Amino acid sequence: MLSVKDLSVAFKTRKGQVDAVRGISFDLAPGETLGIVGESGSGKSVTSYALMRILDAGGRISAGDVSWNGRDLRAASESAMRSLRGREISMIFQNPRAALNPIRKVGHQIEDVLRQHGRATRSDAQAKAIAALEAVKIRNAAERYHAYPFELSGGMCQRIVIAIALACDPKLMIADEPTTGLDITTQKAVMELMRDLIRERGMSSIVITHDLGLAAEYCDRLAVMKDGQIVETGPSAQIFANPQHPYTRKLVDATPRPGVSIRDLLPPEARMPELPHDTDGRAILEVVDLVKTYPGKSGPVHAVKGISFTIREGQSVGLVGESGCGKSTTSAMLVRLLDPSSGAIVFDGHEIGGIPAERFLRDPRRAQIQMVFQDATDSLNPRHNAFDSIAEPLRRLGRMRGARLAARVGELAQLTGLPAHLLSRYPHQLSGGQKARVGIARAIALDPKFLILDEPTAALDVSIQAVVLNLLADLRARLGMTYLFVSHDLNVVRLLCDHVIVMQDGQIVEQGPTAKLMDAPEHPYTRELLHSAPKPPAAPFAMGHAAAKAAE
Amino acid sequence: MTDITPRQTGNGMLTHLGHVMRENPVTALSFGLFSCFVLQAFFGQWLVPYDPLATNSARALEAPSADHWFGTDQLGRDVFSRVIVATRLDLTISVLAVAISFVIGSVLGAVAGYWGGWLDSVLNRILDTIMAFPLFVLAMGIVAALGNTVENIIYATAIINIPFYARVVRAEVNIRREAGFALAARLSGNGHMRTLAFHIFPNALPPMMVQVSLNMGWAILNAAGLSFVGLGVRPPTPEWGIMVAEGANFIISGHWWVALFPGLWLMLAVFTFNLMGDGLRDLVDPRRRT
Repeated sequence: MLSVKDLSVAFKTRKGQVDAVRGISFDLAPGETLGIVGESGSGKSVTSYALMRILDAGGRISAGDVSWNGRDLRAASESAMRSLRGREISMIFQNPRAALNPIRKVGHQIEDVLRQHGRATRSDAQAKAIAALEAVKIRNAAERYHAYPFELSGGMCQRIVIAIALACDPKLMIADEPTTGLDITTQKAVMELMRDLIRERGMSSIVITHDLGLAAEYCDRLAVMKDGQIVETGPSAQIFANPQHPYTRKLVDATPRPGVSIRDLLPPEARMPELPHDTDGRAILEVVDLVKTYPGKSGPVHAVKGISFTIREGQSVGLVGESGCGKSTTSAMLVRLLDPSSGAIVFDGHEIGGIPAERFLRDPRRAQIQMVFQDATDSLNPRHNAFDSIAEPLRRLGRMRGARLAARVGELAQLTGLPAHLLSRYPHQLSGGQKARVGIARAIALDPKFLILDEPTAALDVSIQAVVLNLLADLRARLGMTYLFVSHDLNVVRLLCDHVIVMQDGQIVEQGPTAKLMDAPEHPYTRELLHSAPKPPAAPFAMGHAAAKAAE
Repeated sequence: MTDITPRQTGNGMLTHLGHVMRENPVTALSFGLFSCFVLQAFFGQWLVPYDPLATNSARALEAPSADHWFGTDQLGRDVFSRVIVATRLDLTISVLAVAISFVIGSVLGAVAGYWGGWLDSVLNRILDTIMAFPLFVLAMGIVAALGNTVENIIYATAIINIPFYARVVRAEVNIRREAGFALAARLSGNGHMRTLAFHIFPNALPPMMVQVSLNMGWAILNAAGLSFVGLGVRPPTPEWGIMVAEGANFIISGHWWVALFPGLWLMLAVFTFNLMGDGLRDLVDPRRRT
């Protein structure tokens, strides 16, 4: 029903023409779900924009054919496309909050689409909009009709966007990263809802994602894109069982999943044996009944409600929870950027929770507790080059200058695998992985004993995530650091951590050794988290793994 | 480990300047015009053919000629000499006024944007109060109240421009207050003040540069306007605003050159500064340095 042949998309830029998509072909049968998987910059989103003919200014389809039920979409007039969009082909965008108009009631936004395509009149629009809300399983639909986007959670907003996309019964739905930025339990709910609705209505869909595991669980067929080309296409299970193209193999390997070790994420030739790290040292950090309460407009907000745990020297502890569970507040308190309301933080035998954050800056222990931030781009000053970013703690806390400073920065760059010639570059000239290395180099510059990793790989592509996770494991063994790894993803935490703490609503609901917690979770919330993680076809994995072992 | 360049060198800045100018011919033009004005300001009084204050009643109100390129005024003074010599005074007023409002506005805006709370509210209300007045009338009032001197023109021009800087800085600082790099700076042992001054504030510079260049034009117009209505600079000091005011009387009688040429210079100066905005922004923005 949809047939794409040799599609190429080119963008005009200041530096000449850039070919974002270079001759891709695929067909989509009625009722089929196709997953387009690729890393950032692979051209997967541009492909979907080209199908809908909503490319940015400067972008155009330079070659190829797109035919939709026999109609040529490339030659169709703009007004023909307008009536097609939303009615026959609809699209769901990455950030649901950005896709909804913030100052209009969500019900009215659904009505807009219905009336635009003549599916409703002024008199019955409201009833139809409420029915659309009910279709995406929103409870109290009549009430939610009057809600504004900011009053709804991210998952709820995405349901509204789906309701808008489905309002006119389209035959094809294109979902561009539909669950990026959503919590893992919400992701599962949204994906299942989408799958059910698509099946119910016999629609086709294209799911564009960077997450191979997610695509494999919810799509019939996968197309793997790299540098504007489809390198491999086939049924989901087959792609996993027997990836033909080296790039697909690399992606499959790099996807965190149950039953593999951190080294298995890397390509086989890079799998060095993992260095052991000593995990039963003395207690380096004890947190006792830590509380953080913010004053709020409608009464105090309890972000962290009295948590206690102990971290031993050399251990890597994972702190897992969904957004709003208090894990970021906890890490900000532990790294002493934020003062706790009450409770104690005992570091290396001394209470440091009572020292105000502004005074702790001049404390000799400041250098001992450092942090790697979530978003590598956001955590580097755009006006400092890589050298200056890494040198900052050395200059301020280490009192280093001149040749000694340059030597230490060079050493850190080498340790984190950052080529020395990149040190004079500014953040915007570095790739995501390189920026992550700069952030790690800066955090370990002063040989801290305790390092907090706040989702250091959340914004990275899986193949780069694999490399960065392994780098962190190597550094831990070589420098004897203790980690607190804050994340929402149990599959990633499992790879690096010996011990896991699960938080919900500002409280610890479960903690224990990683293997025990993953295999026999006691708390229902932990079970839900584990259950929600995308499960790619399991058996083929084992085969692939065994095959790799055999090859060695 | 061979080529570690710890800091961008002065040479790098020059190369970058060259790059910015090549990229955008308008920027190159405005930088060229700007250097002409700077030369006039520094060396104008030695370059001009006549003493700008010397009167010659025998040759009053002569049209432009080879002797007097821009003609002469009602007292027989050479308009060209006066226009060129006036550059220094006009530029000094505007540069100083903009510098003062830049510094004060930056400090107020940065503090308000970083700490927020009641400090932010109080500062914002004060700025709103300044903005509530018609700015030129406010400047007139300030000069009239403080006394009719060049310094007071500078202060008045500075005060009416503070809100613009403060607001830009406040917004730019506010969105970066919780940015990862600001937190990382604090983990490196920087207090709030250092984090704000050395890590967050410099990121506000690119939009500030656009503001500065627009403001320079306004400041010149404002100074000339104050002189035009008879406040501030007093005759016979050459100053574009006064010269336009004096020349305006003679336009009806057909002596257009007395007002036209100082007005033209004023316009060129404002034009130059407004064009420089984008170039200055590109110059201070490392993202353009690719």
